[in-house]
Amino acid sequence: MTTATINGSEVHVDAEGFLTDYDEWTEELAQVLAANIGIELTDEHWDVIRFLREDFPRQGETATIRRTSTVGGFDTKRLFVLFPKKPAKKMAYIAGLPKPRGCV
Amino acid sequence: MKRLLILGGGTAGTMAANRLRKRLDRAEWEITVVDQNEAHVYQPGNLFVPFGIYEPNDLVKPRRRFLPEGVELVLGEIDRVEPEDNRVVLADERVLAYDYLIIATGTSPRPDQTPGMLGPQWRKSIHEFYTLEGATALADTLADWQGGRMVVHIVDMPIKCPVAPLEFTFLADAFFTERAMRDRVELVFVTPLDGAFTKPIASKHLGGILEERGVSLESDFMVERIDADAKTLVSFDEREVPFDLLVTIPLNMGADYVARSGLGDDLNYVPVDKQTLLAKGYDNIFALGDASDIPTSKAGSVAHFSIELFEDNFISHIHGRPMTKLFDGHANCFIESGHGKGMLIDFNYDTEPLPGKYPLPGFGPFSLLRESEANHWGKMTFRWVYWNLLLTGKEMPFEPLMSMAGKEVEVHA
Ligand SMILES: Cc1cc2nc3c(=O)[nH]c(=O)nc-3n(C[C@H](O)[C@H](O)[C@H](O)COP(=O)(O)OP(=O)(O)OC[C@H]3O[C@@H](n4cnc5c(N)ncnc54)[C@H](O)[C@@H]3O)c2cc1C
Repeated sequence: MTTATINGSEVHVDAEGFLTDYDEWTEELAQVLAANIGIELTDEHWDVIRFLREDFPRQGETATIRRTSTVGGFDTKRLFVLFPKKPAKKMAYIAGLPKPRGCV
Repeated sequence: MKRLLILGGGTAGTMAANRLRKRLDRAEWEITVVDQNEAHVYQPGNLFVPFGIYEPNDLVKPRRRFLPEGVELVLGEIDRVEPEDNRVVLADERVLAYDYLIIATGTSPRPDQTPGMLGPQWRKSIHEFYTLEGATALADTLADWQGGRMVVHIVDMPIKCPVAPLEFTFLADAFFTERAMRDRVELVFVTPLDGAFTKPIASKHLGGILEERGVSLESDFMVERIDADAKTLVSFDEREVPFDLLVTIPLNMGADYVARSGLGDDLNYVPVDKQTLLAKGYDNIFALGDASDIPTSKAGSVAHFSIELFEDNFISHIHGRPMTKLFDGHANCFIESGHGKGMLIDFNYDTEPLPGKYPLPGFGPFSLLRESEANHWGKMTFRWVYWNLLLTGKEMPFEPLMSMAGKEVEVHA
């Protein structure tokens, strides 16, 4: 595990730059992470990010696209517009959560 | 008299019934298995049916034959579990009470979950091979297919036997080559993953083989719907993949009664402790095989390795002792690669598939992540092993926990 300095604060990240400590995330950090991947956060983005942040401690893992849609009530098509191409990965990255599994 | 009730008499339920019947006192414990039908299908064989390598009849045997004396088989569809009353209700309203419950009803393909999949083209130009009926219908189509664009497609992960779609693609390439029509077939592999497979090193090896075989890869593709008239897959981000013949792996889901009983997650899998397989929030319900949410492959090998440990844990648990045989997610899958060769991968929760030899370091006879004829014969022999050793719990020369011996680890300087 390595550390990175984002927006002046030192945080723990994995090889792909995903935050590894739930509690190191802040809303300001999310702005910077989003900017890193070319996304400017709107209220609609924030609704999704907040759902992921709230869901994670309950589930112990990052919500998949399917869960974000069935449990969070977000439209899958919109998720692809808000977080183009790889929404699952991008949402997790900005929310400071591990990459969702589903892939085993 | 106490009752152990096992829901599902497939791979996992049958293994558990055999192993626990030997361990539980007959005067004290009744064991009952419930399944909706009498036909036990050797599912790994479905892969070979479309190419005429196996006939459907080769793959089905009566369930009862693999359950030992002293285990009752009840045929009926499970409607719900009522965990607060420790009972299960069947669709015909029969009620079965239990002291301990094992959920082993697996996972199944659900074409109804993708708009446009079921319809006039279903089993005509839109096929699947995860069920025996599907594999048989596809064999009929392939027998006189004249060529065109064949798209192999995965709706979403997880699916049982996650290597099966790749194997199908390799076998299709070999099948068309042998029929001297490979030049009339365009092969495309469409996946929601960002590469050929889930784990990076295996994904690179397997992606390399796709490329070698002239198969194009369409990754990060999340299907929204199928336009059956236009014969096109449409993704949520509005990409389109046209096909002449589609072989899809529909969304895989656990049984609906699991959700109805409040025991499932959003794909009807039972959340369990990944080391003991005890259902979260319950002290007398376990989930074995594909039915649980453990983060490893849904495969017969996983069911086998985990049940070998579960057997001891279950005995400890009913006597109020801690469960100490902790499962590591060990999976071991042969990957048929066509032309009489195969590969093998061996991994667990923490270690991704690596190249090397298995089970004996340096010797094998099986090669990890590399093609060999021995791997192919391993896969073909497995059908015999399944019916004669695996289901009934006979000794096998493989260890339940994964070993690093024989694996090649790249050392980063
Ligand atoms: C094409 C294909 C290839 C595969 N290849 C391999 C391979 O090479 N190696 C490998 O290790 N694994 C392979 N697998 C996976 C393997 O077959 C499964 O992982 C294994 O069978 C899981 O066992 P299980 O007992 O959990 O589920 P199953 O064996 O599917 O058993 C579930 C049982 O529950 C019953 N059931 C379900 N719902 C109900 C209900 N409501 N009421 C009553 N009964 C119900 C079903 O009838 C069934 O008998 C393959 C699978 C497929 C489809």
